[in-house]
Parts: sequence; structure tokens; C-alpha cells
Amino acid sequence: MRLQDKVAIITGAARGMGASEARIFANEGAKVILADIQVEDGNHVTKEIIDAGGQALFVEMDVSSQADWDRTIEAAISNFGKINVLVNNAGIIERDSLEETTEETWDKIMAVNAKGVFLGTKAVIPHMRAAGGGSIVNISSISGMISVGYPAYNSSKGAIRVFTKCAAVELARDNIRVNSIHPGTIWTSMSTYKRAFTREERAKTIPMQRVAEPEEIAYPALFLASDESSYMTGSELVIDGGATAE
Amino acid sequence: MRLKGKIALISGAARGMGASEARLFASEGASVVLGDVLHQQAQAVADEINNSDGHALAVTLDVTSEQSWRNAVNAAEQRFGNISVLVNNAGILVREELEEGTDPGWDSTMNVNAKGVYLGMKQTVPSMLRAGGGSIINISSISGIVSLGYPAYNASKGAVRLLTKNVAIRYADKNIRVNSIHPGVINTAMMDGDTRSDEDWDRMIPLGRFAEAIEVAYGALFLASEESSFMTGSELVIDGGFTAQ
Repeated sequence: MRLQDKVAIITGAARGMGASEARIFANEGAKVILADIQVEDGNHVTKEIIDAGGQALFVEMDVSSQADWDRTIEAAISNFGKINVLVNNAGIIERDSLEETTEETWDKIMAVNAKGVFLGTKAVIPHMRAAGGGSIVNISSISGMISVGYPAYNSSKGAIRVFTKCAAVELARDNIRVNSIHPGTIWTSMSTYKRAFTREERAKTIPMQRVAEPEEIAYPALFLASDESSYMTGSELVIDGGATAE
Repeated sequence: MRLKGKIALISGAARGMGASEARLFASEGASVVLGDVLHQQAQAVADEINNSDGHALAVTLDVTSEQSWRNAVNAAEQRFGNISVLVNNAGILVREELEEGTDPGWDSTMNVNAKGVYLGMKQTVPSMLRAGGGSIINISSISGIVSLGYPAYNASKGAVRLLTKNVAIRYADKNIRVNSIHPGVINTAMMDGDTRSDEDWDRMIPLGRFAEAIEVAYGALFLASEESSFMTGSELVIDGGFTAQ
């Protein structure tokens, strides 16, 4: 098992990619902390993992709150004793153009998508150092590389991309690896949120002629979380069906 | 086993990263064809795999020769069946700076490192289409992204980076995925003759060490397997943080 005896915190784990990562990590031997503001869905996924013989714990948290990070770290340490892996997966979107974007929307998206990654990465450092190293996986987006037309979301994902490199360089000598994943269109509840087109219409715009399932991000997250990527840090894993290759 | 039932052709498989990929792929259930101009060494790796319950075949492969690729693909198909994984791993490094550069130095570098990848894909894609799809992994380098090493090597690795994207787009709807790997400094025979000091490398590599071949081989395994099923035209940088700063 590729994450045997590792303790992993996954934010936004109640649904979509985060839930898929939680299931796969647990299946590979990790003890998983599922953190989310979505309590009902989060508890459901957690119970499912435990019923399947895995080890998991749900923590209600808002990633933009320092106090919530303190509680989540405390829950991980008191229940599982250490932290080896962090997946900063929680994220939100508003499909507003530049002229439509309000100050409130900008602040909220930046707080969850960008500040949440900063707070989480900072919070785990002492525990990963104590464990002799660790792996942090930050879920950015191809929106961190090209315009998708929603400036607040675009900017927040761009922030994650370069924050990742900064953290990677600073933490390399502690053997803490930090990498980003850049998903293209993954079909989750975020895909359908205020979306004007269907899954089939979206698929036609992608070179592979399809959208992806959450597992297609969760397995790469597993690769980055595990020791199989031991020489990777500060890197970008683009998983987009070829969208940014043309 | 992550490559169960897959048939993988690996160029430059006699030593270094290629040999490591061959051993790892075989241990994950793939039947492996080891192509190299160093036939005896490739045969030794193939023997080792076969003696540990794996399935391997060594073929003589000069990646600059289209006929040599044809022969390798034919041998692979006759022994195991249609090819589903291709790792264009063969590469050379000629230590010539710009002003001391020679025609043979430039040409041999471009022929092995860039043309070899083009010919390999050209000759293997029909087999992959018959297999119903596949995964191609082109070993570029961080020298395909930033200045490092020598101009011919830099140029050849940059060529591989973009050739990868071209073929990825062309075959995206044919279930053939094409991605590049960009290793940083790996502890292989290619580093023989390196003149930089340990202090220089230590400053340039945040992780503070060279990589072992297996650390690239696992990246290749990830791209070869279905675990990377939505990845095509992407760059997997495995460099200890070298290009992050």
C-alpha cells in the first residue's frame, strides 16, 4: 500500500475530487482527516471509508479561518499522532466577468482558494518537520495558467501556482515537498454550478473529447502524496485532456 | 499490478533510467521490450527480468534509424503483441559549448534526442492504434525548459517538449496519450565528465541532491498507467525544485 501508516489531511473532502482523494488515500493505507464546511456530505464519505475498513475522521472547517486550521491540526495529532500529507483541495468559484465581480466576491474567493492554501501549508510545517518530511498537494487549476474568464477564480488559482513554488523552495531542506495539480474540466458539482452548457457541449471543447471523473485527479494526487514522487517539488501536474497543450 | 497486460517498448533501456523503467514496468505486470544500441547490456537487463518471473525481450535499436525502429516494433509485436506503452528514453549528451560546437556534435545530438523520438512515435503509433490506444512517454529534460548544459542538448530537449504536445493533440481523440518527463540531474552515466562542484549543484537544487533513476521511473510508470488517464500534452517535471526558483 502506497500510503501505509501515513496521516493525510484533505480539505474540501466532502464531495468531488476531495471525496475521491479521501477514498483512494484510505484504500492505500492512509489515515485520513476529511475537512469541509459541508458537514452532512463530509460525515457520509467518512462513514463510508470507515465501513470499508479504512481509518478516517471528519472535521468541520472553513479553510479561510486560522482558528479552524488550529482545530483541524489538533484533531489530526490527537487522533492519529502525526501529519505526513496535506491536500489543499477546497475551492469555490463564481462565474463573474471582470465588470460583474464585486469586492465581496473577490475577497471571498481569494480567502478560500488562496489564503486557505497559505494557512494550511503554514499550519502543517512543524508537524511535517517532526515527521522527517511530508508532501503537500495544492489543487490549482488550468485557470492558474490561462484565462477562463472569471478573474477572481483565475487570480486565486494563479496565486496557488506560484505560492507552491515559493513554499517548495523554502521547505525543500526539510524534505517537505510541495507541488500543484492543475485540473481541466473535472465533472463535479463545481462544474455544473451556474454553468450555461452541458457535459456533452463541454467535452467537445477538449482535445480528448471528454471531461474527467474525480478519480482522474485523485490518482495523480496519490502519486504526489506518495514516495513514488520523491524527487518532485515545486512542479505543476497539468491534467486537462490536452486543453492547454494547444 | 498497474501495467498488467500492457506491452511496453523502452528505448535506451540498457542502463540508467531506461533500465530502471524496464525493471519497474515488468514488476507491475508489463511485457517489456528493451531497445538499445548497447545490445549486450540490454540483454543482461532482459535476462534479469525474465529470471525474476517477468517478461522481457532485448532488441538492437538505433533510434536514429527508421528501419531499426521498424525491426524493433516488429519484434515486439511478434513476441508479445501490439504495443501499448512507448518510452522514448534514449538520449546523448555532447559536451560542446556554442563557439566550440561541431557539426557532428550538433547533428548526433539532434538525431538521437529529437529525431529518435519522432521516428519512435511514427513507427509505434500504428501498433498502438491496433491495440485500441496507448501511452507515449518522451524523456525530455529540464534542459527542454531552461538553459542548462550545452546548446545542442538544450535545443534537442526543447524539441521533444513541443513535439510531444503536437502528437498529443493529434491523437487525443484516438485514445493515445503523449506526455513528456523533464528530469533534473539524475545520477546516471550521463553525468560522467560533469565539472560543476558539489557546492554549485547544492545551490541549484533545492532538495540538495541528485535523483536516482528509480525516481524518474516511477514518474514514467504513473504516465504509462491508467492512473494518468486524463493527462496528455503535459510536462512532468522531476527536478528536486531546480526550475521552481
